[in-house]
Amino acid sequence: MDKVNFLFVGVGGQGTLTASDIAAQVGIDVGLDAKKSEVHGFAQRGGVVESHVRWAPQVGSPTAEKGTVDYLISFELLEAARWVDWLRPGGTVIVNTQQIAPMSVTVGDKTYPAPAPILEALAGRAGRVVTLDGLALATEAGTARAVNTVILGALSALLDTPAGVWEEAIVRRVPPKYTDVNRVAFQLGRAAVG
Amino acid sequence: MKQLLSGNEAIALGAWEAGVRYASAYPGTPSTEILEALAQYAGIVAEWASNEKVALDAAAGAAFGGARALAAMKHVGVNVAADSLMSLSYTGVRGGFVLVSADDPGAFSSQNEQDNRHYARFGKFPCLEPSDSEEARQFTRLAFDLSEQFECPVMLRSTTRLSHSKSPVDVTMPEGARELEPLPPFERRPDRYVIIPAIARRRHPEIEQRLLDVAAWGETAPVNRIEWGDRSVGIVTCGMAYQYARELFPGYSILKIGLVHPLPLQMIRDFAAQVDRLVIAEELDPIIEEQVRAMGIDCIGKDVFPLVGEFTLANVRAAALKAGLPVAAPDVAEVEAEPPALDVPPRPPALCPGCPHRAFFFTISRWQNKAIFSGDIGCYSMGVLPPFEAMDMLVSMGASIGMAHGVKQAGAQETPIAIIGDSTFFHSGLAPLANAVYNQSEIVVAVLDNRITAMTGGQEHPGTGITLQGAEGQRIEIAPIARAMGIEHVWEVDAWNLKAVRDTLRKAMEVKGGPSVVVVKGACVFTPYFQRRPVAAVDTEKCIACGSCFRVGCPAILKSDEIYATNGKHKSRIDPLLCTGCTVCMQVCPTQAIYQTGGE
Ligand SMILES: Cc1ncc(C[n+]2csc(CCOP(=O)(O)OP(=O)(O)O)c2C)c(N)n1
Ligand code: SF4
Ligand code: SF4
Repeated sequence: MDKVNFLFVGVGGQGTLTASDIAAQVGIDVGLDAKKSEVHGFAQRGGVVESHVRWAPQVGSPTAEKGTVDYLISFELLEAARWVDWLRPGGTVIVNTQQIAPMSVTVGDKTYPAPAPILEALAGRAGRVVTLDGLALATEAGTARAVNTVILGALSALLDTPAGVWEEAIVRRVPPKYTDVNRVAFQLGRAAVG
Repeated sequence: MKQLLSGNEAIALGAWEAGVRYASAYPGTPSTEILEALAQYAGIVAEWASNEKVALDAAAGAAFGGARALAAMKHVGVNVAADSLMSLSYTGVRGGFVLVSADDPGAFSSQNEQDNRHYARFGKFPCLEPSDSEEARQFTRLAFDLSEQFECPVMLRSTTRLSHSKSPVDVTMPEGARELEPLPPFERRPDRYVIIPAIARRRHPEIEQRLLDVAAWGETAPVNRIEWGDRSVGIVTCGMAYQYARELFPGYSILKIGLVHPLPLQMIRDFAAQVDRLVIAEELDPIIEEQVRAMGIDCIGKDVFPLVGEFTLANVRAAALKAGLPVAAPDVAEVEAEPPALDVPPRPPALCPGCPHRAFFFTISRWQNKAIFSGDIGCYSMGVLPPFEAMDMLVSMGASIGMAHGVKQAGAQETPIAIIGDSTFFHSGLAPLANAVYNQSEIVVAVLDNRITAMTGGQEHPGTGITLQGAEGQRIEIAPIARAMGIEHVWEVDAWNLKAVRDTLRKAMEVKGGPSVVVVKGACVFTPYFQRRPVAAVDTEKCIACGSCFRVGCPAILKSDEIYATNGKHKSRIDPLLCTGCTVCMQVCPTQAIYQTGGE
């Protein structure tokens, strides 16, 4: 595992950028070079958020090429479908099943596709699709705000990196009073990957 | 110790290490975080200026006084500051002066893709361009040294991709950094700093000589370096393009240019002579390429690489392949982007639930036949999107008032409504308002005062009275300014009171003989002044699926699964997690089906 491309996607306000920050930090902590790059133009106003993380002995471009992403981590169901062609055929998708309706659906005439065809589209490209209900698991851990920790837990379970490195990188980023909740959320996320 | 820093954070670190005493900026993506980071360091005065020219002037004053000073802005901000910048090159500076220009190839959050390296050529001062965060830190320090060595302003050019990418930076404090003596007494140099025509004429040849001196320095300085490899292809590149070139042409020779103006022409000439095919890989305009061609050297450049938009691994690779260059294969088998198997609806940005701009746009969107909507830049630019579609022109910050004035003076039948935010009003709204009063145009100026610079992530400004470093000072109110300009008809109105907004704007449109001003007051939901109220809910018994509430464009209002039998349409429902209880949708519902809940 000397070269890994991650793409974190979601909707503004979901914590996508923090999660990608932590993933980049883990890359450094395990002794690799790492870069991350985000586009968050209208993040605050419910737009699409994308953030690339790359690990390698030496990283050049901070963004991966379309079709070469090893792990697509989507915080929202529809966004996974929007970005799936960035995935390397046979790559892995982690998708939080939360659904956030875009304005083109609520105000416009578009429809939010049903979960089944979305998951089918993902499976058509990915070697593995991991779905999880981040909100339920985070709530179970003690706070709805730990969704991104749950998702990082799941991601860590798929990678050949020590879990402790991830857990410490997460803990360094959260206020001390949320440390324990986040440790639980992390473990729930890991356990969610069968 | 290595730490992941964004390009902007690294620029701030470098400036602090370089001993910057004063920094000023007007926010603008992707430059905003530079000052936000600098403001955290001890021993620096870091300020939000009311606009970019003020920021540059203030930093210039500090540099005339002998201090190291920095001004930061997005690329189009340099246009605002350009008047001073061009002549600051003539005056030169005493303390190091660095202008950070954050360009936006790809126009992720800008009105154009201008390449600000042109300013360095235009103004005849040096420009440095880093390729990652570590270089951003080092080049910032170097920029201050260069500025003092050659007594000139230095531009540090960043781009969105650099400013908003994180890469490892050595944050160990280098020796000798940040040891400041008290500022020496002010040294008068009117022969330099008072740029009257006689002095400008004397200075001009000195400026030309200075540029030659900097170029000579650049020929041997380590900011420009050659990474020799296979010499069948040699690539000249700079900035982020270097990263793509390095990754796509492993093993080939690269001339990496850090000083992008003036170019090390001799170095390029020598490099070109030693490689079989010379390639120039630069994002946006062919600035290096034109200078290389002017030396009579043939190269591959914009004939293959994109002139428009941001470089990516994919588009640089595709261009290189087309030109028959030995580009590395992608990490995986080439995959044509398959058309997505399902129709993925777009996710456009929208005014937040509770946004104070909503009732205003809902109101004016009904007046397409009697008003012209002269827009400006801010969150309210989203007024152009459905469901409002109420913006007819938008060019640059502050332009709304001047454009409204011009179209009316030219004889427009409709009443122009200039739509401008509070931060933009202080940035560049005062002069055109004075102009409208002076020339007596019958326009309505609607100032959407949400007590923040929201679009760029929530910065303070003169209308909020709080400084970047947290001092609370004088808040400047907008209505009294308008009155002081002699405008008779000035109103303030509650942003969430639909009827008041409508009635007041109607009155304003009746005013004859000069401009009227309506200040629509309501704080952005991300400010501490915004007051949440109990969330709204839809009484499905009363809902007739008329769709009125959808036309306020609130992301909290969703289609319910329940269908109203009479028209077969979806009834509404409200997401209680998103709703802020602003009541605007309640005010448009014809059957009073939307009510405020108990508040839990
Ligand atoms: C010359 C220039 N400087 C900065 C920007 C970046 N920018 C876009 S809108 C905006 C300010 C918006 O504030 P305001 O007018 O108060 O509107 P709001 O977003 O709060 O609704 C800024 C700083 C720009 N586009 N052009
Ligand atoms: S950030 Fe503030 S001003 Fe901008 S859309 Fe949201 S509520 Fe409105
Ligand atoms: S009251 Fe209506 S318009 Fe206001 S935030 Fe709630 S749903 Fe949106």
